[in-house]
Amino acid sequence: MAPSILILGVFVLFPILQSLYYSFFDWTIGAVSQQFVGFGNYAKLFQDPQFWNALGITIVFTVVSVVLLLALGLGTGLLLLRDTLITRLVRSIFFFPTIVSLVSIGLVWKFLLDPDIGLVGGLSQVFGITPVHWLQSTSLALPSVIFVDIWKNVGFAMILFVAGLKGVPQERYEAGRLDGAGTWQLTRFITIPSIRPTMLFTTMILTIQSLQVFDLVYVMTDGGPVFHTDTLVNLLYRDGFVNFQTGYASAISWVLFAIIMLISALQLKVFRYNDVD
Amino acid sequence: MSTDVSVARRRPAKPSATLAAVFKWILLGIGVVVALVPFVWMVSGSFRSESDLFHNPASLFPTSWTLHGYIGVWQQLPFVRLLVNSFVFAGVTTAACLLFDSMCAYALARLRFRGRNVAFVLVIATLMVPFQVTLIPVFIELFHFGWLNTYQGLIVPRATSAFGIFLLRQFFISIPAELDEAARIDGAGHVRIYWQVILPLAKPALATVAILNFMNLWNDLLWPLVVTSSPTMLTLPAGLTLFGGQHVTDHAVLLAGATISLLPIALGFFFAQKYFVAGVATTGLK
Repeated sequence: MAPSILILGVFVLFPILQSLYYSFFDWTIGAVSQQFVGFGNYAKLFQDPQFWNALGITIVFTVVSVVLLLALGLGTGLLLLRDTLITRLVRSIFFFPTIVSLVSIGLVWKFLLDPDIGLVGGLSQVFGITPVHWLQSTSLALPSVIFVDIWKNVGFAMILFVAGLKGVPQERYEAGRLDGAGTWQLTRFITIPSIRPTMLFTTMILTIQSLQVFDLVYVMTDGGPVFHTDTLVNLLYRDGFVNFQTGYASAISWVLFAIIMLISALQLKVFRYNDVD
Repeated sequence: MSTDVSVARRRPAKPSATLAAVFKWILLGIGVVVALVPFVWMVSGSFRSESDLFHNPASLFPTSWTLHGYIGVWQQLPFVRLLVNSFVFAGVTTAACLLFDSMCAYALARLRFRGRNVAFVLVIATLMVPFQVTLIPVFIELFHFGWLNTYQGLIVPRATSAFGIFLLRQFFISIPAELDEAARIDGAGHVRIYWQVILPLAKPALATVAILNFMNLWNDLLWPLVVTSSPTMLTLPAGLTLFGGQHVTDHAVLLAGATISLLPIALGFFFAQKYFVAGVATTGLK
């Protein structure tokens, strides 16, 4: 186990501390001396309109995509629960986009939504609608990126729900039917409460992944138009690796970490709270 | 849903149940079309000419097939390099991960030593911290090692994964300890028990870790983008992104690149789907 511990130590544990250390300096790569600024980077961050913009966009992205993914994932999971040849095939088709790189998917959707060459614009022309500049519009770019994220991850949420739904004991449904419950009532009062652990797991995983969104935005819009799709990790990448403001970018990464921990703790609490009733 | 289908089967005469089934399959049919059309369009677009794309944007298929997208990929991009880099990065890193993760997992599952629990907690703790937190310091470390734009820079920091250690440790613990005892009576030491008893039994878990790792590394953008900047060291996703923004404007060329980069993953999915699904469903990673 020595190699693993060495690698984790050198490239994960030590950098975590290092990153916290950098975040207290006005650190620039290659400079002779680095100036200690204490919480200066964090203070600057909280007054930076770019940061609030990125935080707001990241939160909108996360809330909208997670809520819709939970609904669609559970819906498709319920519809495709039984193991027949055709449901398995449909499940595979829905799952496939999950394993494809965000770069390929971002590229293809960027072209699909292109008003000059894309299928979306082409089809709307057939119906007499002027093609829309989805990714160039300040109001439509973010919804478009969110749509593609949902399109990619529905199958992922579905797989997690199918695994959870299969674990629900059949006797509960038998009992429910004996009591005269219909399909909707069975779903509402037996299925949903029984898969609460899956709900929690899926919600947390999707939330954490959405808060860290980068690839899709980088490929489709690179944060544009005029920062209307600029997410936290986009900002971090730009400040850290384009502008080389190491200390400042490190502070952003710690704020991101804090937000993830806070939201995860909150979700744990909400779901456990529900378990009491 | 399972319940409404079984209801429909038991009482086939009830029209509302039939209606529900029809509605269900219409919805799923729409879903299948929405899921598949972008891929069909991607592959067909890679065989179309620029003028075809501009003149028939509503068409899903080429009016005339051309290979210029695939020829352009070789001419306008350092495509062989990108492909080789991607295979080396994803392949070697996955192999190293399997070896190191399983060794570490064996130690955590089977050896008794001081600090074992601390080591395990540290491994789990690294799972909690987002990758972006360590990105900048690792970049600076690699800068000081002179490892930027090198294979070792791409590979070594990723050559072990906390989730792999965790998954394999859980699997190793479920293997009965009596097997170790039997091997030990036959004179086997830890190395032989690890290599000849545990690893062969853990093939499904190893396959899951291998596939998830390879997929993640093959698809990764942020890490190769940070570690490499010279065009000869970029991986496929990073290369497609950077060249797509600058030098290459021909859509078919980029679609051809995207299609080729998708091929290994699609083939793997076709032949080993259950490992993909099992891996994703048990770890929540993708």
